[in-house]
Amino acid sequence: MPTIESRTAGDRLTRIARGEVVSTTIHPELAHEEAVLDVQGFNLWYGETQAIFDVSMSIPQGKVTALIGPSGCGKSTLLRSVNRMNDLIETVSISGDMKLGPDSIYGKSVDVIELRRRMGMVFQKSNPFPMSIRENVVYALKINGERNRAVLDEVCEKALRGAALWDEVKDRLDESGLSMSGGQQQRLCIARAIAAEPEVLLMDEPCSALDPIATSRVEELILRLRGDYTVLMVTHNMQQASRVSDFTAFMYLGQVVEYGPTARLFTNPLLKETEDYITGRFG
Amino acid sequence: MVSRKNGQKSNGSYSPQAASLLARGEPMVWLTGFGLVMGLLMVIALVGYLFYEGSVTFWPSPVVQIVTLDGSVVMGEITRSEDFEPQPETVAALGEEEISAAQAELSRREGKLRRSLVRTGNFELTGEHFRWVEDFRFGSQGIQKPKWALIFERTAWGRFYGVPVGFLIDGEIQTTGPEESWKLFNEHSGQDIPPSRYAIRLHTASGETKDLDLAEIVRAYPANQLGLGRKIGIYLDRWREFLTAEPREANSEGGVFPAIFGTVVMTLGMTLLVVPFGVMSALYLREYARQGWLTSMVRISINNLAGVPSIVFGVFGLGFFSYIVGGSIDAIFFVDKLPNPTFGTGGIIWASLTLALLTLPVVIVATEEALAAVPTSMREGSFACGATKWQTIARVVLPRALPGVMTGAILAMARGAGEVAPLMLVGAVKLAPDLPLDQHFPFFHPERSFMHLGFHIYDLGFQSQNSEAAKPMVFTTTMVLMGIILLLNTAAIWLRSRMARRYSGSKF
Ligand SMILES: Nc1ncnc2c1ncn2[C@@H]1O[C@H](COP(=O)(O)OP(=O)(O)OP(=O)(O)O)[C@@H](O)[C@H]1O
Ligand SMILES: [Mg+2]
Repeated sequence: MPTIESRTAGDRLTRIARGEVVSTTIHPELAHEEAVLDVQGFNLWYGETQAIFDVSMSIPQGKVTALIGPSGCGKSTLLRSVNRMNDLIETVSISGDMKLGPDSIYGKSVDVIELRRRMGMVFQKSNPFPMSIRENVVYALKINGERNRAVLDEVCEKALRGAALWDEVKDRLDESGLSMSGGQQQRLCIARAIAAEPEVLLMDEPCSALDPIATSRVEELILRLRGDYTVLMVTHNMQQASRVSDFTAFMYLGQVVEYGPTARLFTNPLLKETEDYITGRFG
Repeated sequence: MVSRKNGQKSNGSYSPQAASLLARGEPMVWLTGFGLVMGLLMVIALVGYLFYEGSVTFWPSPVVQIVTLDGSVVMGEITRSEDFEPQPETVAALGEEEISAAQAELSRREGKLRRSLVRTGNFELTGEHFRWVEDFRFGSQGIQKPKWALIFERTAWGRFYGVPVGFLIDGEIQTTGPEESWKLFNEHSGQDIPPSRYAIRLHTASGETKDLDLAEIVRAYPANQLGLGRKIGIYLDRWREFLTAEPREANSEGGVFPAIFGTVVMTLGMTLLVVPFGVMSALYLREYARQGWLTSMVRISINNLAGVPSIVFGVFGLGFFSYIVGGSIDAIFFVDKLPNPTFGTGGIIWASLTLALLTLPVVIVATEEALAAVPTSMREGSFACGATKWQTIARVVLPRALPGVMTGAILAMARGAGEVAPLMLVGAVKLAPDLPLDQHFPFFHPERSFMHLGFHIYDLGFQSQNSEAAKPMVFTTTMVLMGIILLLNTAAIWLRSRMARRYSGSKF
């Protein structure tokens, strides 16, 4: 039912849909934050099709930032661009750059392996490795050459505690990681991602395959991780975004429309379009 | 309720579902089930026949004595009996008494005669191992089973049948009666008998007397006096000998141990060679190579390789491995032995390599499938942890694909263990005195030729001089070959299930 309001509100989105690049509306609060990850004029193409349009945003240190937006708007693509997972897809080409701290991510002489070790990633679908729970958790350290059993054990326990999984699995660390329930597997993947103490934790809809109880555990976990880790997460769930994130970016068709503190964005956004999306009048 | 009542009234004759047979249940179940049942029946028939033929071979049969109409005496074991239609001329050429007996049988059995193949043994006296005896030749006494007819299995000349009439020590006659002679025989036989010291004097059916040296006797028993226990004992002892001893008498007697050993070593060697190569090839094809028309071509070629007749691989193995590679090794390391080849001829290593080549496509295809089945999300998870490509392959992809790789190895093993044709060219021989593995340095002798059960079967069935005696051994050997393949496969499957349990589990 198009009201006058929503028609005017849709203007910006209509322009995006027509293929125009609209500048991102960024809230002034973000200027006070110290950025750990800086996206600078980033574009990405799958073959001929452009999926990300000139995205510029900086992710604040020690905070949880959520990416929201309708399905297919490029949230996962943007997230996967941060640790260059899209390199694995042959057709992908990019322009622009991102910076992790002072270091370029897409610069010519970047060691991608080294770069990925500085970030952790949790996928939409849990993907534990075919090895024991312990081996799963310390995987990142082991491939990095850590051999000291005491260090590995300590890291394993710390990461599993961090992922709120320790009490459930402490007696069966040598069982296969694949022998756990879906929710446990996802928390195992989170433990794996935080074991190497990454600078940035990337999460792509970490709760979409979980039941409400497991979801709330993962949300608690994210809240606890805040401060120690910088989290960039994709979510479809508005409530979840408002519960766990400090900042939220609203994406539409490959562009970031509005980016600001979650509380502001959800209660009093600068743009009518964002309000419409959040209240479910569109999308 | 109503419809049920109706159904009862009309005696259940009307039911809407009965309109079409195809609409009821799953008619295809019957077709597919029929296919399975046919397959199973064929397998059961095959295994059952083999098992029957193979297991009766070693059962001790009685010794019969037949006095024929013309007065000659035949003594031995009846191997089999059959009906045949005689040529009229052969019947006409018989003696008078035989003609009338034959005519009587012919008219009674509608032109057919019955005959039995009797294993008469005593080759050095009669020049034959077997003799056909027609039923009509039986004299008035028919078939007798003389109490003291003994069967001797010997290291040479085949079996001997006779009645003991004396026992000799150093050429001196000790006793004359059958019972005492047999008693003395049993006292003096056993392990490590000095040659030409003891001998048993036997009276044969043809009326001759023969002294048998005890050192040449493998086994002797009074076939017509055996109780069930003794029979089972002899039966088991023959199996033991068959499985653990070396062959005698051009392979038609004795054991097949060297062939079992050769088969197992060759098959394991082949598996050890083919799995690493196959896995490496599959890894390159699936993980590293850019997928395009070239990789597709390579894949098609590999699949076609699986269809090449195995003898072609044999020819290649002989030409390339034995002559070129082996010849070069000889020219470099074994110059002093030339012109006698060391590696430059058939050998177990070349046989293993040839069969490895033959089974390579199986392993590559199975491994590729297993690799393709590893979820992308697992690889991505590993890459996201900062793993290199090789770390991801070695730690995540390969362990996950291992059960599939094992399946390939099992298929390769089953295929390789049953191949015979290429082996005949690259090292399988009728008789190999030395095993490829022994206690002499360097313990493993890859250049040695070897015996193989499959080739042994071929040799027994088609190359044996004493083919009637070798025929039953074909079945026992086949049984052993099947048993070994079964054993190897079971071991591999067990290994795979252990791995599968380790690397997988329920998902949710
Ligand atoms: N591997 C790929 N090859 C080609 N196009 C792709 C590929 N992955 C994603 N895309 C396209 O890029 C666009 C953005 O996809 P992306 O997965 O980032 O969306 P998303 O916002 O994560 O959606 P969702 O919320 O459904 O997960 C979509 O139009 C999609 O069709
Ligand atoms: Mg997504």
